[in-house]
Amino acid sequence: MALHELTALELRDRIAAGTLSSVEATRAVLDRIERLDPTVGAYLAVFADRALESAQAVDRRIAAGEKVGPLAGVPLAVKDVLCTSFGATTCGSKILENFHAPYDATVIRRLQAADAVIVGKTNMDEFAMGSSTENSGYRKTANPWDTSRVPGGSSGGSAAAVAARLCQAALGSDTGGSIRQPASFCGVVGLKPTYGRVSRYGLVAYGSSLDQVGPITQSVADAALLLQVIAGHDPCDSTSVSEELAPVEDYLTRLNEPLERLRIGVASDFNAGADPAVREAIDRAVEGYRQAGAQIVELAMPHLDYAIAAYYVIATAEASSNLARYDGVHYGYRTKDPSDYIEVYSKSREEAFGKEVKRRIMLGTYALSSGYYDAYYLKALKVRNLIRGDFVRAFERCDCMMMPVAPTTAFAFGEKADDPLKMYLSDIYTIAVNLAGIPGISVPCGFDEAGMPIGLQVIGPAFSEARLLRIARMHEARTDWHTKRPALAG
Amino acid sequence: MSDLTYKIIVGLEIHVQLNTRTKMFCGCALSFGEEANSRVCPVCLGLPGALPVMNEQAVENAILAAMALNCEIASFTKWDRKGYYYPDLPKNYQISQYDLPLGGPGYIEIPLDGGKTKRVRIRRAHLEEDAGKNLHTSGYHSQVDLNRAGTPLLEIVTEPDLNSPEQVRALAVELQRIVRYLGVSEADMQKGHMRFEPNVNLVIERGGQQFKTPIAEVKNLNSFRALERSVAYEARRQLDDFLETGRTMQMGNKSTRGWDDVNEVTVLQREKEEAHDYRYFPDPDLVPVTPSEPWLAKIRSRLCELPVQREVRYVQEYGLSAYDAGVLTADRSTADFFEEAVKLGASAKRVCNLLTQLGLKLAKDRNSDLAGLGLDPAGVADLAKMIEAGTISASAGNTILTAMVETGKKPDALAEELNLIQKSDVGELERILDQVLAENEASVTEITTGGKKAQKARGYLMGQVMQKTKGQANPKIVADLLSKKLGS
Ligand SMILES: [Zn+2]
Repeated sequence: MALHELTALELRDRIAAGTLSSVEATRAVLDRIERLDPTVGAYLAVFADRALESAQAVDRRIAAGEKVGPLAGVPLAVKDVLCTSFGATTCGSKILENFHAPYDATVIRRLQAADAVIVGKTNMDEFAMGSSTENSGYRKTANPWDTSRVPGGSSGGSAAAVAARLCQAALGSDTGGSIRQPASFCGVVGLKPTYGRVSRYGLVAYGSSLDQVGPITQSVADAALLLQVIAGHDPCDSTSVSEELAPVEDYLTRLNEPLERLRIGVASDFNAGADPAVREAIDRAVEGYRQAGAQIVELAMPHLDYAIAAYYVIATAEASSNLARYDGVHYGYRTKDPSDYIEVYSKSREEAFGKEVKRRIMLGTYALSSGYYDAYYLKALKVRNLIRGDFVRAFERCDCMMMPVAPTTAFAFGEKADDPLKMYLSDIYTIAVNLAGIPGISVPCGFDEAGMPIGLQVIGPAFSEARLLRIARMHEARTDWHTKRPALAG
Repeated sequence: MSDLTYKIIVGLEIHVQLNTRTKMFCGCALSFGEEANSRVCPVCLGLPGALPVMNEQAVENAILAAMALNCEIASFTKWDRKGYYYPDLPKNYQISQYDLPLGGPGYIEIPLDGGKTKRVRIRRAHLEEDAGKNLHTSGYHSQVDLNRAGTPLLEIVTEPDLNSPEQVRALAVELQRIVRYLGVSEADMQKGHMRFEPNVNLVIERGGQQFKTPIAEVKNLNSFRALERSVAYEARRQLDDFLETGRTMQMGNKSTRGWDDVNEVTVLQREKEEAHDYRYFPDPDLVPVTPSEPWLAKIRSRLCELPVQREVRYVQEYGLSAYDAGVLTADRSTADFFEEAVKLGASAKRVCNLLTQLGLKLAKDRNSDLAGLGLDPAGVADLAKMIEAGTISASAGNTILTAMVETGKKPDALAEELNLIQKSDVGELERILDQVLAENEASVTEITTGGKKAQKARGYLMGQVMQKTKGQANPKIVADLLSKKLGS
């Protein structure tokens, strides 16, 4: 079996057992990046030397019989939204083109403490704003299944890298679907944890009350493995939940045990908006669970229709404030020859921010302006509470919900780029999960006529990741969608 | 214009820097005078991805100060972002508190002349982070020092209850005394720990009609003198302006002025209050604070008798002058020292004299407090008792106090060592007096005859006794003996 056919877990076990060296595994990944990434465009930066050094260090320690971490020697990629003390942290934006963070994000520190090998940083929509990675200030990322199509976004680089096996697994971030949607588009697994489960320290903020870091992987087990490493309280993030309130569970040990008497909630009306091929695949997946003994519960989710509107007020309001710091004064891009300090601000921002980022800053600024605050921001918060309520009531009647990740499969470059509203509407199935702060996972569940992957979204109550992963694994164990690879990664 | 009267109306905004170990939302130490940008971290630099974590000590200190100002303490308070662009503000928003400040309505008692006090209402008290400093060096470029960015500030806003420059100053001084008493701020004016922004206008009565002048806010005053003088100047300026133009307060004609310390005038900065839209919204990076009852009780236990209350009590209970009471209560450690000594049985007046006439001067010379001089209340109490008992004279008391500071020895040992113990042996003093009387018959005659010269002769004889005893005779005993022998 070729190295790139191994999951992160399988690779880790071989490295730990000494039957494979991390240097071999890392070199294989670096070779593939060199060969395939010019086509895929998943990476913004590759740290070949540094990765090989890390790999060597792990190999030496294993040879010396030292204890190593749970990701020892596994080559991983991270979205360029995470601060690293090595290389630049650009967030896909020209405004941070040469920004070198002086510190590592908490999740980066945790990966390194687990002895992972970080091979590079992946492309993304600028400041994680987008659903196709087309908003990157640097490059296009292609969908490995069909390079004329987008990989989804905003974590398109991470999803494409995993799908094309340009790393063993990756981290992304999800504010309105940015892990799950690209995972679905690229036929891989993507998990958005409960808000507060994973530290946001060092994750460059887009919508602070919605952002969450999570894994993009080839298998459910890999998602469990990565979550185990990155989850947990962080004193540097006030919104990360305490160990007391929600202890980190063991996500791997009982992963393969199916859940009995599982109750699955489905909101048929809500799902009706998806393409027929997507609907069929979801129905088929749910039917699989039913045949395995699950009970299907029909749910009414009356407020989900308002999720997109509420999201684009809350997320952009927070973004307008979060992105105020990119002003050309302290770091990042600065305009040449400003006539006064006001121009340092206005011209730096005008020249370096992309169109979508500007659009969202303006939307958010408007929503927070005096006279409009109540009508937009405050109302959106109320809708958010109603949506939370919908889910709380739903989870009284079921253990998890299932729905599509996106209404369509991956679309062609440029198809929605000129119609922001159309682009926003493609987030319809993922956004409510962020508003409610609950976990959701995307697992491969089929292909459309064009051979593009479809994802099944499983949603659970807050801090139910252990169960959510087991439910997703039940599907994975009975199907072979996750074993399919794009021809390019063959 | 002879029928014109006016009243000054002032509301005050005060920023007090709290003396926490670390900044408001990060682990950096507070800074003063260090090399620029040496006390910074990703959080206070506002770097991408960095997140604030609330400093609990700052919240405790702020709540304590709010309690001392009799403010309602909020059962739910939160953090808001106040958005505006300025180079010294690294995130281009300031973390502050908008609609739910930790301290609600309260009041402060300020001392007025003649031992009276005035109650000034407090509108609110809230916590926020300070900005950095723009350094305008010469030339085209400016630089920014972010050492101060993130320093915890308590903002206190009064109602417009102040009616003279003196009252405004009294409030500021009293607030300084309170925060120092509570130990929540050093309130060092030189270091910019207190900054004032008075809102000033006049209510003018003329010809049975009332007029209000437009409000002027004077920004960023950092001394009591500048505060008092700027308010006085504003009152004069506004009266002149009214007489000249008749301009009165209207929506939107509040102006912002700066203080020119050299020429002692206020200078117009912004004519109309700009329609500032700070786009406040709750900071999603921080969680709201819901103070628990046990936590509040713990904070409340740090409350103490406030200086103005102490001052009044010293006058009433100990019979001290208002001036002495003010000196002793100016800072908490002095007042505590004083009371401790009195509690040990010493006379309040004697202790007061020792401290106000000498002890505090010695402390000031050495840039220290009383404890820093090596003095303790028990030693000073003993010294005061020795004076009270006549063992030593009051002036010897001062000599001994100085020696205590210099040598660290106990007062009784020093009295012996320096031969300052008064002779109080009646038999011995009588023998010496008899000798003096024998040697000065003329003076004795002057006393026994009475008349103008008697008083002077008495003093002369007392002096002779003192000379023979090298100043150690107890003057009271000698005077009594003299009266007994020659009649008084
Ligand atoms: Zn700091």
